[in-house]
Amino acid sequence: MDAVLEYAPLLWRGTVTTVELTLASAALALVISFVVGLARLSPYRAVRWLAIVYLEFFRGTSALVQLFFMYFVLPLWGIFLPPILAGIIACGCNLGSYGSEVVRGALQSVAKQQHEAAIALNYTTYQRYRYVLIPQAIPMMLPSFGNLLIELLKLTAVTSLITINDLTYMSQIIRAQTALTLEPFLAILVIYFLISTVLIGGMKWIERRTSKGRNTIVRQGA
Amino acid sequence: MEWSWSVAYDVMPRLAAGLIVTVQATLVGALVAYVLGLALAILKMSPYRLVAWSSYWSSEFVRRTPLLVQLYFLFYVLPDLGIFLEPFAAGVIGLGLHFSTYTSEVFRAGIENVPKGQWEAARSLNYSTIQTWRHVVLPQAIPPMIPPLANYLITMFKETPLLAAITVVELFNAANIYSNSHYKYLEPMTLVGTFFLLVSIPAAALAIRLENAFRRKA
Repeated sequence: MDAVLEYAPLLWRGTVTTVELTLASAALALVISFVVGLARLSPYRAVRWLAIVYLEFFRGTSALVQLFFMYFVLPLWGIFLPPILAGIIACGCNLGSYGSEVVRGALQSVAKQQHEAAIALNYTTYQRYRYVLIPQAIPMMLPSFGNLLIELLKLTAVTSLITINDLTYMSQIIRAQTALTLEPFLAILVIYFLISTVLIGGMKWIERRTSKGRNTIVRQGA
Repeated sequence: MEWSWSVAYDVMPRLAAGLIVTVQATLVGALVAYVLGLALAILKMSPYRLVAWSSYWSSEFVRRTPLLVQLYFLFYVLPDLGIFLEPFAAGVIGLGLHFSTYTSEVFRAGIENVPKGQWEAARSLNYSTIQTWRHVVLPQAIPPMIPPLANYLITMFKETPLLAAITVVELFNAANIYSNSHYKYLEPMTLVGTFFLLVSIPAAALAIRLENAFRRKA
């Protein structure tokens, strides 16, 4: 235990990196979710097809393979990404594909009459989504987004394999330097658990805030 | 960077061997996940609050922490405690343990979704506990569970590359070893991605068909 305390600054830096990586890729994933999810509902077949190709590509190949592809293959074409950027892009693109399904599902489950009412009021497509459909769909998305955020946090551990010094990487350093195994791994498992629990608490808080005074049925978990 | 077919042909047999290990790991891991998941679901529904509470939180602990770290734990910590596992065994146990926390929710929801009236009807017909489960509860609980369980099978398939981190030579690691020794990254990594797509897209389509088939019945 003393050894782990001695290495506490390392674990702290790892925690900061993990949280930064999670939040940055969550932001990217959120943008991609909406862009791809909305593209799936486009009236143009080509746009819908592009969205499906994106979805199947990032959902169908393993996250680790995507990460290695970005880190090792892109430089061969002259695209050099620093590890942290490759990590953010890989995690964000991967989770964005899952998120796009959440966005599409939620938008499709908004009552049909709402679409019709917006059209009857002569709203443009932009206005229809911006003022009628998306605000009603967001409370339905939140529980799934909460689950995906935890998946994202867990996915960031994989980026330690491309030398990003996150929590998992730090635990390997401590293992290599002290030959201890139980302590560093147990310590980071507990830290990951605490981060997830805080994130879940935060998402639940946002869920309560957004569903206050609404008659929406918020589905629990997945 | 030019695509070279000779490199692709060269790496192909190794990838095929890796794919077999990947499929084995997925299937054995899924078996572990289903069996442990069912046990965990029953524990979570225990009438004893302490059992239900501790099984819920231990399952949440596993669910909220990364599979990769759990694999490291099994691979590096257990030998220090005197338990030596083959990398493949450690990987399969880790994969199964991690996903049992997901499948347990499927089992729990499936069992809890059988309406209470069905249990009461079975009791009023004087069915024994075994008869109740065998003839009333399970036939209604199992069909809705199949599509989500199939989806977790696909998810586990895509998580198997993590086993590379504990030296299992599965599909991804076979490519990575080749890449590192020949300094060719384009072909092996692209082929691995293609292999994953070739398996997971038809599998996902099949899972959607399963879902529709069982929804019609319900």
